[in-house]
Amino acid sequence: MRLLTHNMLSSNIKGVANGFPLRIEVEKVVEKEVEINHDFLRNIFPKIDWKALSDASRIMGYHELPEEPPEPSVLEADIEFLRKFHHALLELHLEEGALLCPESGRKFPVNKGIPNMLLLEDEV
Amino acid sequence: MWYLCVFYHRLLDYRKPEFESLADLFGAFGDKGSSDPHSQDKALQWRLPKGHHPDSPFHFVHLPSEDIARNIANRSLLVKGIYELWGEGNDYEELEEAVKSYPDDRKLPYLTPGCTFKITVDSFGKVLSLQEQNERIQGFSYIPFKGRVNLKNPDHNFWLMETDAHETNNGLPPVVQRRIFFGREVGVAGRKLIPMYQLKTRNYLGPTAMDAEIAFLMANQAQAAPGKLVYDPFVGTGSILVSAAHFGAMTMGADIDIRVVRDGRGPDCNVWSNFKQYGLPMPIGLLRADNNLPPWRPGLKEMFDAIICDPPYGVRAGGRKSGGRKLLKGIVGPYTVPDDKRADHIPSTAAYTLVECVHDLLDLAGRMLVMNGRLVFFYPVLREDGYVENHFPEHPCFKLVATSEQMLSSRYSRVLLTMVKTSSYTEEVSLAARIKHLEFKENHLKWLENGNLHSSVFSPADTESGDSKASKESKPKYRGKYV
Repeated sequence: MRLLTHNMLSSNIKGVANGFPLRIEVEKVVEKEVEINHDFLRNIFPKIDWKALSDASRIMGYHELPEEPPEPSVLEADIEFLRKFHHALLELHLEEGALLCPESGRKFPVNKGIPNMLLLEDEV
Repeated sequence: MWYLCVFYHRLLDYRKPEFESLADLFGAFGDKGSSDPHSQDKALQWRLPKGHHPDSPFHFVHLPSEDIARNIANRSLLVKGIYELWGEGNDYEELEEAVKSYPDDRKLPYLTPGCTFKITVDSFGKVLSLQEQNERIQGFSYIPFKGRVNLKNPDHNFWLMETDAHETNNGLPPVVQRRIFFGREVGVAGRKLIPMYQLKTRNYLGPTAMDAEIAFLMANQAQAAPGKLVYDPFVGTGSILVSAAHFGAMTMGADIDIRVVRDGRGPDCNVWSNFKQYGLPMPIGLLRADNNLPPWRPGLKEMFDAIICDPPYGVRAGGRKSGGRKLLKGIVGPYTVPDDKRADHIPSTAAYTLVECVHDLLDLAGRMLVMNGRLVFFYPVLREDGYVENHFPEHPCFKLVATSEQMLSSRYSRVLLTMVKTSSYTEEVSLAARIKHLEFKENHLKWLENGNLHSSVFSPADTESGDSKASKESKPKYRGKYV
């Protein structure tokens, strides 16, 4: 599971007011190379919750992202920054672990890189 | 400029929509960056050759440039070739007249001594022997070819195409009339995609894996391209995402069945191995999720450039959604799984009718597609009397731009719908969707009983078969070619 996916997911359990962002419990992180596409990164940047991405990348062991979101102009000019953004968003991969609901602590397991977001009968 | 476009004579309903989608992708309608989706009704101008029926493989189309024509032909699955027409006629005298009067400045650059050329003879509706083909090629001595012939890899390829009316089809008039065309090839199809990706040799298959050719058509309708993010909410074995990845898009998928998506049939036989088989980049995200209760964070929207999928129709594979069967029927109250069993519990699921499934899909697409993004999906329809009912799903955010029917049996077809997002997903739209969602939940049983496609498809034939046979004969169609 990449951090792009993590940035999109929340715990939608009945009764939970704010299920985003999910806390990451790491068991196994793998780095997988993905071909960089600057246009894609620039398009996706406005839709990303920066704080969640930055915090999550730290938990995955990558400390290069700034805590504060950069100005959009940085994306146009700074290729090195795009590289770091790309690495955190698409190349860090949680192979085994879990995602935890920030309110209830309920675990959504991640196995073989695939998060299981299905709700149980009483959470619906 | 007008070009002659020759299609492969199959999947007739899919030809023009694919062509138009690719034309749009390659800039035929002007400024691609134009953010006004209502700017013009983007449609190409088409003309038929004299005497030809719309089902004919031969069509004239107006395109702004040769580059665009070549790009469309190279990427398309159903375009056999695009040609700059030098002349046409009902016989060779007329053709010669036409070619001679075609402007020199359009002909001479391709006849120079330095370049190589070849003339190919093709026919539709008749067979030409090798000797007949050679005679026709010799007949072009009036064209001042100065270059050398190269049959293997010429700079310029000229085509002579003869069409003729073959025996009538089902009592229907023939699709073409006698006509001869001569033109310079601008672009031809690369059909080697199909043998390369065919399901026969696919690593990991499921019962509803999408046929390779159709998957590419879907990816073309969705305008999959590098830099775009494509999503399939019913990913299964990933057959649709494979075609999108081939065209350079980044892909993401979800499925409610975790075994298909996470486990596959083993470590070398799963969704990932399908991409590895073709050297394609892996999907950037696969998850187990229920489209009826999606796991997206509130406020998340406009993430995907295209959503391409084949939802479960309930005929060969039924959809599932969260919330056990008995729970939704009101037989039991929601039960709590004991703590020690929670970790490995597999939640029970209930039947997901097509109506609700499509409602959820449209809601997902309305929210998660960027403006001008495309939703491409199959919708099953029952065929009554050889005619398809035109009641396709609608949604305030979308404009339906193409429908292409593929007959599956005499009883039912599936139609590939292409919708473009033209309005934003407002609070109002969101609220209406939530209300509808609750309505489905309250009336779960009622929806299950009505509109069950499965029984309509598999029920024994009606006893009044006499009537239906008669009406079938009264409305004949070129059935085979719609398959």
